[in-house]
Amino acid sequence: MLRMSPRTQKLVIPYLFLLPAILLFLVFMVYPLLKGFQISFLHFSIVPTRPSTFVGLKNYIEAFHDPLVWTALKNTLIYTVITVPGQMILAMLVALLINSITHGKAFFRTVYYVPVITSWVIVSLLFLYLFQSPQGLINYFLVDVLHVASQPITWLEDPTTAMIPIVLLGIWKGIGWSMIIYLAALASIPNEILEAAAIDGATAWQRFRSVTLPLIGPTVVFTLVMLLIGGFNVFTSVYLITNGGPMQQTEVMLSYMYHQAFQFIDFGYGAALSFLLAAIIITLSVLQMKLLRRPEEIF
Amino acid sequence: MHTLRTLLRKSPEYLLLLAGGVLMVFPFIWMISVSLKPNTFVIQIPPELIPKDGSLANFIQAWTANNFQVYFLNSAFVAVTSTIFCVLFSAMAAYAFARFKFPGREAIFYTLLGVMMVPSTIAIIPQFFLMKYLGLRNSLYGLILIYTATSLPLNIFLLRGFFEQLPHELEEAVLIDGGSYLTVFVRIVLPLSTPALATVSIFSFMSFWDEFIMALTFIDDPGKRTLPISIALFQGQHGTAWGLVFAASIISLVPIIAFFVTMQRYFVSGLTTGAFKG
Repeated sequence: MLRMSPRTQKLVIPYLFLLPAILLFLVFMVYPLLKGFQISFLHFSIVPTRPSTFVGLKNYIEAFHDPLVWTALKNTLIYTVITVPGQMILAMLVALLINSITHGKAFFRTVYYVPVITSWVIVSLLFLYLFQSPQGLINYFLVDVLHVASQPITWLEDPTTAMIPIVLLGIWKGIGWSMIIYLAALASIPNEILEAAAIDGATAWQRFRSVTLPLIGPTVVFTLVMLLIGGFNVFTSVYLITNGGPMQQTEVMLSYMYHQAFQFIDFGYGAALSFLLAAIIITLSVLQMKLLRRPEEIF
Repeated sequence: MHTLRTLLRKSPEYLLLLAGGVLMVFPFIWMISVSLKPNTFVIQIPPELIPKDGSLANFIQAWTANNFQVYFLNSAFVAVTSTIFCVLFSAMAAYAFARFKFPGREAIFYTLLGVMMVPSTIAIIPQFFLMKYLGLRNSLYGLILIYTATSLPLNIFLLRGFFEQLPHELEEAVLIDGGSYLTVFVRIVLPLSTPALATVSIFSFMSFWDEFIMALTFIDDPGKRTLPISIALFQGQHGTAWGLVFAASIISLVPIIAFFVTMQRYFVSGLTTGAFKG
C-alpha cells in the first residue's frame, strides 16, 4: 500500500472501506430506482426496432382511473391495517407472558419463532392446503368438529373470504419476530422500577401502561415502522395463495404491479404503479419520522 | 415443591402460552403428517393426524426427482456466498460510518436509510432490464450480486449501531503502536462483534434462502432455479400431490433450522446489545 501521511490516510481510508458496498448499492439499487422512475414516464417498447416513447404522466393518470389499482390499494390497506396491530398486540402479549414465567422461557420463545424462520413460499402453500375447499382442514374443523358452518366455506373462490387466509398468515407468521424484539426490550427494564410501582399499588395494566410501555416505546415504534413497510410489501403469500384472483379481486399493490409488468408486459405502467406504492410508503415513513425528533431515536 | 408451587401460581400464563403455541406449531405438525402419507390419503375425511401406514416414500421421491438436488445446491451456493459478501461488505461500510468523519458521510448514510425504507421489490422492473443488459439473467452470480446489494442498507445500519458502542481504547492503542486501520478492523472490531455479525448472518442467510420474487423474475433456465421457485412450481405441477410438495418443503427447511440452531446462542445477545438501543 502507498505510504500516506496520517492525515491523508484518515481521509482516504473510510472510502476504501465503503467502496464495495457503495458500488453494489449504486449499480443494483440506486441506478434501478432512477431508471424505474424514467421508465414510468414511457410507453415502454419491448421490440428492439421500435423505440419507447415518452408519454409524460399518462401512466400515472391511467393508474388513477384504473379501478383495479383502487382494489389493490384497498386490499393492501386492509392487509396492513389488520396485520400490523394484530402482530404487535399478540406479540406483546406473548412477550409479557414469557417474561412473567420462570420455566420454559426458551421453549416458548422457540415455538413462537418457528413460523418466522420458515420461508414465505412454504407457509403460503401450507395455508393454501389448510384453506382448501371443500376438504381442507379448516373446513373440517368448522363444519364437522365445531359445527359453526353448515357447509364448507369456499375460501378462495370468494374475494371477501379469500383475503382471510392471507391476513391470518401475515399475523401468524409475524408474531414471533416482534415478540423476540419485545422480549429483548423487556429484559432491559430494571426490575426495581416495576416492583416499586407494584408496592405503590399499581395494577398490572397500570404498570404496563405507565412504566413498561414508555420505557420500551422506541422499540414499539421501531416494530411499527418495520411492520408497516412489510405490510405494504406483501407479495409472496398473495401470489401463491390466490394469485390475485378470483377476477383479480385480491390483488395487492405489488402483485398487481408484477402482473401488469411481467404477465401483461406493460413495463411503463408497472413502473408507475411501483412509484405510486413507493410514494405512499415514503409519505408514511416521513410522517412517522416527524412524530419523532430524530430518525435515530427509533432504533 | 417450590418449583411446583410457582408453576401452579403461573398456570393461567402457561395455559395461554400453550394454547397459542399449539396454534403456532400445529400447521407444521400437520405438514409433517401429510408428507408421511401416501398421496391418495392426503385429503380424507375425517383427517388423521398420525398416518396408519406412514412412509418416507414422498421424501425419497422428492429428493431424487425433478432436479431437486440441483436446486438444493443452487440455493446453498447462492445463500452462503451472498451471506459472506453482504456481511463482509456491510461490516466494512459500518466501520467507516462508525469510526471516521469524512465528507459525504451523512449524505451517504441517509441515502442508505432512505432506500432501506422502500421495499426493494419496487425496482424489480428496471432490475430485470439491468440483469438482462449485464448478461446476468439465468446466472446464480447475478442473484448473488443483487441479493448482496439489497441486503446492504439494513445490515450496515444494524452493524453501525453495534460498532459505535464498542470501546475505542483498544483500537486507539493498536493505531498508536503503528497498526493499520485494516489490522484494527480484522483483529479487533470483527472479533469483538461476533454476536452482531452472527445476528446479521442469520437474518441475511434466511432471507437469501427464502428469496422468491427476484429468483422468479431473473431465472428462467430450469437448471438455475433455487428451492423456493422449484417448490412453488412443484405445487403447480403436482396440484394434489401435497405429500410430495410438503416433503420437498421440509427438506428445504433443514438448512435453515441447522443454521439457526448453531447460531442461536449468539442471536439474542446480538439483538439486545447493539442492534436496538430500545
